[in-house]
Amino acid sequence: MINLVQTYFIEVMTIILYCLLIFVPLLLGVVMALYADRKIWAAVQKRRGPNVVGPYGLFQVPADGLKFIFKEIILPDGSDKTVFLIAPIITLALSIAAWAVVPVQAGVVLANINVGILYIFAISSLGVYGILMAGWSSNSKYPFFGALRSAAQMVSYEVSIGFVIITVLLCVGSLNLTEIVMAQKTMWFFIPLFPMFIVFFISALAETNRPPFDLPEAESELVAGYQTEYSGMPFVLFMFGEYINILLMCAMTTILFLGGWLPPIDIYPLNAVPGFVWFLLKVTFVFYLFAMVKAFVPRYRYDQLMRLGWKVFLPLSLFAVVATSSILFFFNLAPGM
Amino acid sequence: MKIINFFKSFLLLDFLKAFYLAQKYFFRKKATINYPFEKGKLSPRFRGEHALRRYPSGEERCIGCKLCEAVCPAQAITIETQPRDDGTRRTLRYDIDMVKCIYCGLCEESCPVDAIVQGPNFEFTTETRKELYYTKEKLLENGDRWETVIAENLEADAKYR
Repeated sequence: MINLVQTYFIEVMTIILYCLLIFVPLLLGVVMALYADRKIWAAVQKRRGPNVVGPYGLFQVPADGLKFIFKEIILPDGSDKTVFLIAPIITLALSIAAWAVVPVQAGVVLANINVGILYIFAISSLGVYGILMAGWSSNSKYPFFGALRSAAQMVSYEVSIGFVIITVLLCVGSLNLTEIVMAQKTMWFFIPLFPMFIVFFISALAETNRPPFDLPEAESELVAGYQTEYSGMPFVLFMFGEYINILLMCAMTTILFLGGWLPPIDIYPLNAVPGFVWFLLKVTFVFYLFAMVKAFVPRYRYDQLMRLGWKVFLPLSLFAVVATSSILFFFNLAPGM
Repeated sequence: MKIINFFKSFLLLDFLKAFYLAQKYFFRKKATINYPFEKGKLSPRFRGEHALRRYPSGEERCIGCKLCEAVCPAQAITIETQPRDDGTRRTLRYDIDMVKCIYCGLCEESCPVDAIVQGPNFEFTTETRKELYYTKEKLLENGDRWETVIAENLEADAKYR
């Protein structure tokens, strides 16, 4: 009996430890991402960005978070209270859950499942629900419009993201994220699949509602989109969910196209650096691109967004799938054939 | 032409150019300053917070002529005067409603004895409206505090007046 309790206790503690292992670095990552985002944006506009709170303004984001904690949570009168409060929790939980299968180094992954990429794809498409629920339960027009737009946008771009992932999978022959990275040992996939890399990057921008595709929260038209009625902690949860999603997309780009934790060249001083450092560097680089795009591209119109998604990216990625598989088939390059 | 445009947009040339430009600006010298820690240079003509000046002897300059009160377009100044024991006219009250004031500098220009001036201080926010109804004491205190700077500015600007 005691033995059972002991094993049970240890098991629960390990699970909690694993959760913390993923949650704490993510939290730090989000804080740094928010800070970097603001700083990069400011630098491009020749401003200084946050520079008062803490050294170089580093504590600006925690200070903002602290402020939100003490703010009142306003529940709109006509809102569906339960759904209204569940929506941000779903968004955050899903975005964190996706990180469970992301390998940061050879073997350093919470759940090394065989269908990792499918899992991430499934989780990230569930992310729409948080936004839809928020827009619907707010019972207000701007959140509703924002949610509708967001749903349409995420669904459209998920299609092309799916095809891009398929082209990568064709070159790997496995759905396991670790194996996808290991398949890039000789050459990172962004070289042979360069057009797909670009399509994936742009789709990732749209998928995470980043500028120039931030139509769901276009403040000039929709106040703040689906977040309009949110305040205090629920708003923070949305913000965190959004940024964790952005980091996830950066990590996905790194894993699928930039060789995950692999060093650029497999020679002595470079391959002595631990893998997760390379992974972090690459994720930082991709995030830098994300932030730069935000700084210099104006927001798309809604019909332009849809046109890009359905009329350009979908045919392009579909063609890429056919082309890649034909090449792999006729030259007998396909792994596992 | 259409084909060229097609390839141009397909190769994302516009975005690459924009990226290059943004990257260039990224390292440019910042246009903004570290405000609370460093401040921009102010012209000697800068029209900030009001102050009533004194002569070096400590005698207040204002003779209660009410020119500033008359010229003030926002009617923010209220003055009451009374002859003093030595026969000179002095102000009993000299109130400026800083909420009404539009910082046009006409009071300073109209003053024949350089008594009311607008100093270089622009950081005098308060938490209540009441604190912005400046009285004579407050204005004289301002004058004492900023006298060195105000005198320098007046001298620097004197040749243009």
